[in-house]
Amino acid sequence: MSTTFTPLCKKRIVMYILLPALAHRLSLSLSFLLVEATEEVSLDSPERDVLLSDGPSPAITPITPPISVITPRIGHAHDDMYTHSSFDEIEEEEGGDSIDMHIAVSDPEKVGDGMNAYMAYKVTTKTSLSLFQTGEFSVKRRFSDFLGLHSKLASKYLHVGYIVPPAPEKSIVGMTKVKVGKEDQSSNDFVEKRRSALERYLMRTVKHPILLKDPDVLLFLESSELPRAVSTQALSSAGLLRMVNKAADAVNKMTIKMNESDAWFEEKQQHFENLDVQLRKLHMSVESLVCHRKELSVNTAQFAKSAAMLGNSEDHTALSRALSQLAEVEEKIDQLHQDQANADFHLFSELLGDYVRLITAVKGVFDHRMKTWQKWQDTQMLLLKKREAEAKLQHTNKPDKLQQAKDEIKELEVKVQQGERDFEQISKTIRKEVSRFEKERVKDFKAIIIKYLESLVQTQQQLIKYWEAFLPEAKAIS
Amino acid sequence: MMQEGLDDGPDFLSEEDRGPRAVNVDLQTDATLQVDISDALSERDKVKFTVHTKSTLPNFKQNEFSVVRQHEEFIWLHDSFVENEDYAGYIIPPAPPRPDFDASREKLQKLGEGEGSMTKEEFTKMKQELEAEYLAIFKKTVAMHEVFLCRVAAHPVLRKDLNFHVFLEYNQDLSVRGKNKKEKLEDFFKNVVKSADGVLVAGVKDVDDFFEHEKTFLLEYHNRVKDASAKSDRMIRSHKNAADDINRIASSLYTLGTQDSTDVCKFFLKVSELFEKTRKIESRVAADEDLKLADLLKYYLRESQAAKDLLYRRSRSLVDYENANKALDKARAKNRDVLQAETSQQLCCHKFEKISESAKQELIDFKTRRVAAFRKNLVELAELELKHAKGNLQLLQSCLGVLKGNT
Repeated sequence: MSTTFTPLCKKRIVMYILLPALAHRLSLSLSFLLVEATEEVSLDSPERDVLLSDGPSPAITPITPPISVITPRIGHAHDDMYTHSSFDEIEEEEGGDSIDMHIAVSDPEKVGDGMNAYMAYKVTTKTSLSLFQTGEFSVKRRFSDFLGLHSKLASKYLHVGYIVPPAPEKSIVGMTKVKVGKEDQSSNDFVEKRRSALERYLMRTVKHPILLKDPDVLLFLESSELPRAVSTQALSSAGLLRMVNKAADAVNKMTIKMNESDAWFEEKQQHFENLDVQLRKLHMSVESLVCHRKELSVNTAQFAKSAAMLGNSEDHTALSRALSQLAEVEEKIDQLHQDQANADFHLFSELLGDYVRLITAVKGVFDHRMKTWQKWQDTQMLLLKKREAEAKLQHTNKPDKLQQAKDEIKELEVKVQQGERDFEQISKTIRKEVSRFEKERVKDFKAIIIKYLESLVQTQQQLIKYWEAFLPEAKAIS
Repeated sequence: MMQEGLDDGPDFLSEEDRGPRAVNVDLQTDATLQVDISDALSERDKVKFTVHTKSTLPNFKQNEFSVVRQHEEFIWLHDSFVENEDYAGYIIPPAPPRPDFDASREKLQKLGEGEGSMTKEEFTKMKQELEAEYLAIFKKTVAMHEVFLCRVAAHPVLRKDLNFHVFLEYNQDLSVRGKNKKEKLEDFFKNVVKSADGVLVAGVKDVDDFFEHEKTFLLEYHNRVKDASAKSDRMIRSHKNAADDINRIASSLYTLGTQDSTDVCKFFLKVSELFEKTRKIESRVAADEDLKLADLLKYYLRESQAAKDLLYRRSRSLVDYENANKALDKARAKNRDVLQAETSQQLCCHKFEKISESAKQELIDFKTRRVAAFRKNLVELAELELKHAKGNLQLLQSCLGVLKGNT
């Protein structure tokens, strides 16, 4: 059991016991939200073993209503440490930009029947890194395996400031269609969309130098059998716990007021806030474009058919021929629009969707820093109170209590130091992570934009071909 | 508030648009009578067209003159042709559709209401676009009114019509009131009777192969043109929607570019600029498709209806003729009112033959006109599509060149 109890808060003990019972009973009352909750799975939960793995223990983050006034003690001396040049060095040590690793997710295969059916994807890794036993290997994974991986990584790394790439979103509707066995275009599209998203997710995860070395990631990529991640199901008790914690976090965020003395963080937070807003807006516009282009494709196809009919009924032979040709051209163009809409979606729209989710993760990491600071502040306040109590005890004749107080103060002093170290560590990590994130973002966007423009070029070139072929036909009408 | 700026519509017709616009009709322009719409003014709920005539015919007081006419007066002229028995054997040029700015006005109003919720640049951009749309609709309605007049002027018989000359020359208000409720109801019933009759008449097989063929052809053609016209409208609307999306994307990219401090901001700004330009081209593509394809189909929808109406009138007169024959036989059998029946029969026969003769020529001309119009518009459509695609391609390639060079 890696949690630390303080005898101070009896409420907390009660919550640890009550939590599983409440979670299982599926009752979420407002009072529950306002009481201290933890991010750790409760003692009695059987899924604990799957979620927790060997690694740094998840921190406990209590919600405290009072606003802390103590400013973080980051002196100016520390700022010099956080200049970018030193971090560039560290990054180069860890492997730099180009990682010699390529992951492909392919061959979606339906396994099983009915509502228990699922899609199995082949995950193939090609690498020359010595981290792995062979240079090329593949395993079969299902969607919940990916979610399980993300869940583990998130619980290990998010709270210490690492930007863990978010997993692709669940879709109950989409999956149900596949399970039920609808073999139509929309379910094919759904599977393809998911496959691509899973591939991008894995690539982003292994591009991260720290995450790449994580044992859970290696296990995921290499081992042929993976224990089933049940806790990722939306309606499991752990799922509910997650929902509760998310709500608790939201309340928490509203009550913490941190006095930011480091302008870098303030500036970056504002930057990500703005980026979030703009990317969402852009994403919406691109989704609208995809929709309208698909519509255009459908309408062009319908017009093509109509033009063909018109050509059939036209009794002037040359004109009739030309109209049929027009119908053919329009049919080809409708396919062109369809292809372009797909490019719009897969290149542009999905990239934006990924980054909207990534920025949520980034914002989460900043929030964790706030929480770490809060924890440190709370411990400091506690120490202060203890010292006051000890001072009072000095004047009474209670040697036992005095000793106890002194012991507690020693403990707290250690904790305060730890709290400060944690805060400095997470700040340092975040600076590094943000720098890496921004580099990746720039690379990603540049690459995708160029690819997207190339797709547009292709469309125009095809259009030119089609109309050039049609023009003599039109001129031939006499 | 927005609309007042547009209501004092200045002369929207640029130099290149003047002159016989005859977009959909390929007629030989006859120097003896040339008609065009030289100017137009859009007011709150009506459009005033300046009809300009140049003529060497003795019927007119001057060689060149202009009058101002409104849509209702065009409709009056068209209806006077339709109701004139003497013109039963001709394809009456279809009336121009009523100028409809309602949709555009609504959009402008909505924009005005939503002014607070968007940035100044967005607002100005959208306003410019809606104004351009308004202008495009305006130009179209002018073109359609002009085409009607040109068709009448080109027709050997209709150009001599007195009402037409009054329309062209009388420089005061024709005081044509729109049809009141009673008259509209009468029209409605007339149409019902006509379609019922139409079914009756369509069933009668024509002895004359030419007309039998034309009947089958026109019925089918009209329906298919209707379908093609509707589908082309839908296709063009999707195209416009996509262009609007690209516009919004360009704006978002611009904001991202100005906000971002990293390397990628140059990318965003360049791509935003690119999309602004390609969006304009896409809008032009939609507009050109609208002009060359959709308008062409709409016009021939109306013309094929006018041709069908001609066939209907002929069939009606044929039925009248056959009835008159039957009446004559009956009269001869009963030996009563034989003279009356004979004259009536002769009138019907004469009418029918006259209609048949002119109808034949009209339908042949219709085919010639149709083929020429389609050829002209399809060629122009293909050329414009090519021009725009090449323009787009060039923009895309040059932007790609810059971006790739940067990375």
